[in-house]
Order: sequence, then structure tokens, then C-alpha cells
Amino acid sequence: MAKVVVVTSGKGGVGKTTSTAALGAALAQFGQNVVVVDFDVGLRNLDLVMGAERRVVYDLINVTQGIAKLPQALIRDKRLERLALLPASQTRDKDALTEDGVARVINSLKQMFDWVICDSPAGIERGATLAMRFADTAIVVTNPEVSSVRDSDRIIGILDAKTVKAERGERVDKHLLISRYDPARAARGEMLSIDDVLDILSTPLLGIIPESEEVLRASNLGSPVTFNNPSSAPARAYLDAARRLMGEEVEMTIPTEKQGFLGKLFGRRAA
Amino acid sequence: MNLFNLFRRQGTAPVARDRLQILLAYERGSTRGAPDLLAILREEILTAVGRHVEIDSNRVNVRMDRGDKVSTLEVDIEIPNTVRMAPGGGRRKRAVPAHRSAS
Repeated sequence: MAKVVVVTSGKGGVGKTTSTAALGAALAQFGQNVVVVDFDVGLRNLDLVMGAERRVVYDLINVTQGIAKLPQALIRDKRLERLALLPASQTRDKDALTEDGVARVINSLKQMFDWVICDSPAGIERGATLAMRFADTAIVVTNPEVSSVRDSDRIIGILDAKTVKAERGERVDKHLLISRYDPARAARGEMLSIDDVLDILSTPLLGIIPESEEVLRASNLGSPVTFNNPSSAPARAYLDAARRLMGEEVEMTIPTEKQGFLGKLFGRRAA
Repeated sequence: MNLFNLFRRQGTAPVARDRLQILLAYERGSTRGAPDLLAILREEILTAVGRHVEIDSNRVNVRMDRGDKVSTLEVDIEIPNTVRMAPGGGRRKRAVPAHRSAS
């Protein structure tokens, strides 16, 4: 049975799109059939992070309006055929996305894939509520920083109220993905620790993604970090998180960069 | 990561810049009223073929790749051998998958 996952956060810039791309790619690397769906109407970016921006023909709204059939709008990843992207529209008309339309598309996608991963826009407006509307599972991306934690708390409340599952009296399975974490700064008391964040949000942890230059490198190239450098610290963190999503028991660690001989010699970081 | 990358650590920013330039050139054009040539060609090719044969929209596959110097547009239209002419269809024409490039 296909699982519908929403990647959400409330706050912008915390790593929703990066995480959607990386987790989607990671699940596909484990043999799953995955589609990542961009819900950020008017400001799509998942296509760019996935490296498919030059191949967009049709989008989510074209499909909901019947202008294009779903298989025509899906862009198959060139590196891994089992991974597909459904891009958002660049239209400025946000009302073009309707609940019925989204319901139909999600239901069709569930027949075709094992995982339907919805990349939510920032905020709590229509795009964000529609992205989470049909979710079985929610991944709340949080930075260890006050405004992000506060917005995550808001979003957790909305997940418990405004999703189809919540309205049926069921529960959306919620997970926290802490990104841009710097263990050294947390140890020095300069950054909220993992325990602080978990304590405040009391939501189970899916993974800890360390702050890393690999993330920018991957998005420059249009390649999810788990494809671009699978042995890097953030990639290993995302791969572990994907295994937890699949129900595996994986010990929670904060992967660190295995510095090569040259890296050690010149110590590229002194944060 | 290959050996080449090892000695060229700063390699990704130029790629990012090139990708953005290609993408934004196209997006600025389409938001400022300049016609999207590829989209126009796509629609007209489908309309032209549709005048002669009934197209099953499930059997149409359109792929585009916007490049710096060259963009490609592929329109694959599957037409059964027992093809039925659409009403008012013109000359008898062998239907083949259309394949076009446009820059």
C-alpha cells in the first residue's frame, strides 16, 4: 500500500525541498518506487534541486485541470528510473489548485508508486494545507533555532486538525527531521540541542542532518545529496532516515564528515 | 567523487550559474509576454496531427529539453495501424511519430 508523506515546516528555508529530494532519492536507492510532488505553486524549486528544470513540460495544475494526463506530466529521473517528479506550476493563480483535483492526483499516484512525497510550500496557506491534506505521514523539518521550532509547533497542531486523517479521528504519523545541526555549537551551548528540540516538540525523531557544505554542492549540480555524494555526512543521515521511514530500526547517530588526508591536513572548517 | 573532482573542489558553482542562466532566460521570457516557442510548437504539432487522425491522449508523450544553444522537443504520438481518419481529414497521410527540434 502506497504511503503519502508530506514534508513540511511552516518556516521557509529550513530544508524542505532539499529533504524531499534527498529522502525521495534515498528511498528509490533502496529499490522503492517514489514520486516527489512539488506543491509550491508559483515558486517551484524541487525541479531545480532534482536537476529536471529543463525537462518540465506539464505540471500538477495541468493534471488537475485535465490538460495533461498524469504519466505525461511525470518526469522520470535520468539517474534512477524508479524516481519521478511531478512539478508545481509557475502560475500566479494559487486558487488553481483545488482539493478535489489534488485528491484525484494523489489517488492516481498511489496506484503507481510505493511512496508519494509532497513537498510543502512554507507558510500555512492553501498550498501548505493541501500538501498535507491527504498525508499518512508527516515529516516536520526543523532547524535548531527558535523561530523554526515555534513554527514547527504550529504546523504539528495543524497536522492534528486539518488533515483528512485527523478529521476521521485518526492520527497522521508525525516525525521530526532536524536539519542544519552543528554538534560542536550545540555542545558549546550556542545552539539548541537535539534533546531541547525533542523536549519542546515531543515528536519522534526521524533523523539529524548535520550542517554541511555538501548540501549546497548537490543543489548547485541539481543532484539530491544522496546521489551526489552518498558517503557524505548529510547523505548518510538522509539514507538512515529513509530506512527508518521504511520501518527499519536504525541507531540514531549524527554522521560526521570522514575527512580525507588532505582535509585533515588543511582543516577546511574552523567554526 | 572521482580523482578529477578531488583536485578541483570549487567545481560546482559554475554549473549552478549555467543552469540558472538557461532556466531564467526562458522563465523571464515567458513571464514578460514573449512566446514560449517550444510550447507553441508542441500545441501546433498536436493540433496538426489531430486534424488527420484521432489522437488518444494516453498515447501521446511529449518531452522537452531546454538547452543553452539548442533545445529539443520530442512529440511521440502512437497511432494504431487501424487508423481512423478524423472527420474532415485531408489527404491520406502516413502517420509517424513527429520528432522536431527547435532552438
